[in-house]
Amino acid sequence: MRAKYYHRCVVAGLIALLSIPVLATLLYSFSRHWGATVLPDGLTLDWYVTLWQDPRFLTAFGHSLLISVATLLFSTLIIVPAAFVVFYYFPKLDHWMGILILVQFAVPPVVSSVGLLQIYADGPLPLIGTPWVLIGCYFTIALPFMYRALANGLQGLNVRDLMDAAHLLGASTFSAFLRVILPNIRKGLMASLFLSFSFLLGEFVFANMLVGNRYETLSVYLYSMRSTSGHFTSAVVMSYFMFTLGVTWIATRLSR
Amino acid sequence: MRSSSNALAAPVSVRMVRIPRFRHWRAALLLLPLLLVLMLFSLVPTLWVLINSVKVDGLWSAGHFVEILGSPFYRQAFGNSLWISVWSSFTGLLIALVSAASLKRVDGSLRDMTVAFTNMASNLSGVPLAFAFIIIMGANGAVTLLLREWGVLGDFSLYSRAGLTLIYTYFQIPLAVLLLYPAFDALDDDWQDSAALLGASRLQYWRLIALPVVMPAVLGTFILLFANAMGAYASAYALMTSNYNLVTIRISSLVAGEIFLEPNLAAALSALLIALLVIMVAVNQLLLNRSYHAR
Repeated sequence: MRAKYYHRCVVAGLIALLSIPVLATLLYSFSRHWGATVLPDGLTLDWYVTLWQDPRFLTAFGHSLLISVATLLFSTLIIVPAAFVVFYYFPKLDHWMGILILVQFAVPPVVSSVGLLQIYADGPLPLIGTPWVLIGCYFTIALPFMYRALANGLQGLNVRDLMDAAHLLGASTFSAFLRVILPNIRKGLMASLFLSFSFLLGEFVFANMLVGNRYETLSVYLYSMRSTSGHFTSAVVMSYFMFTLGVTWIATRLSR
Repeated sequence: MRSSSNALAAPVSVRMVRIPRFRHWRAALLLLPLLLVLMLFSLVPTLWVLINSVKVDGLWSAGHFVEILGSPFYRQAFGNSLWISVWSSFTGLLIALVSAASLKRVDGSLRDMTVAFTNMASNLSGVPLAFAFIIIMGANGAVTLLLREWGVLGDFSLYSRAGLTLIYTYFQIPLAVLLLYPAFDALDDDWQDSAALLGASRLQYWRLIALPVVMPAVLGTFILLFANAMGAYASAYALMTSNYNLVTIRISSLVAGEIFLEPNLAAALSALLIALLVIMVAVNQLLLNRSYHAR
């Protein structure tokens, strides 16, 4: 009984520890003024009203949404067929895909930005300063999560037998993939899409180093607001946080 | 693609005989877009960094590495990055270890809720995280003012190594919990009873049985946290722009700063950072192969 009490306390402690910054920011975004007191002086919605009427914020938010959704569509079109081909035709390539993915973790975004800035500043592909370079970079961020999720799904299926059965029933490889394999990996794919979406929406390093305010995204906007009122920036932080919260909630519902 | 319907005629022999790769060349074409985009936006830039790290004014030279290793400024950047990464990973891991052990012992509904909550907390990172900490613990933050009034703050400042370590630790905890808690499923409840029956104390059980079993996961998590912290940039940049000396901050200000752009020096710093991360991953693999699960 005492042990059970201890474990509950530890878990409660963890939740409390993690929620302090979130709750404080939330309260701050609703408060008129908060000085050296335990609680703020008064509550207000003004910061949110100002924020959601700021055209610059709305544009940046729109840019972030557009780039994230475009990246995920693009990634799905490229990664899903590739993962299927790996598992159906070349199962041994899975190991090499794993190594390619590991490279993404060993090279932080700051490092690849160094190369990207030199290669695409001018020359045949002048992508720096345009949203296109971000779509390419975000593809490399989403790839590990999407490929892993698809690989887990495909490993659980008996791809070869399912395809053979579909062929036997007269389906072409394409329609067998579309109507047999895809519905079976849809859940994992959707969950990984929503997960990647929540990363991409707030991505800062690539957005700031490669594009900056030439195509301002949410995190770059937030950064440029650092010298304004803390109440205002906390309204930005909470709006972003609540949005990603909704998205991850959908992701966890889908992965059940 | 008719090749697999041929396979149906003699499924056994097809599976035994190695199918020549060129028979699937059309399917292999579907891999090309992925490789192309990955090359363009990850592999080629990385290669550029590695090649140009050993070039000075267009000639092959290790000059930039000599410069970095001989410069107290860049050595300090590596020192700061390592210090913050090691301490934040270690603290985060310790908190996660205790939490994950307890998480296994609470009711299912509380556990699910905690995992969902941890997942949510892992979304607070980068610039928004730095801003949240500025709001509560910055120079005029509510918590700072409160603690100062109570006289328990001492000389703590968010805009310092200790402050950065605090922020880094915050984003390490949810990551570590999410990575670690599945590993605790490997622990069989009967083992603790058996150990107790044989006269082992709780401490002995943890030291001799439980920890060796979860060790590979703990090591793997530590490496991931460490790599994550070494490569982190957004939080520190949002907190102090380029005013704090970290490797990632130095790299970015050498290619995107306002004065003195030196991409090749940035490349050399990057190459050292990559080397450090690769060594950590390699050591981890080596330790993994020698641990409990490999036997």
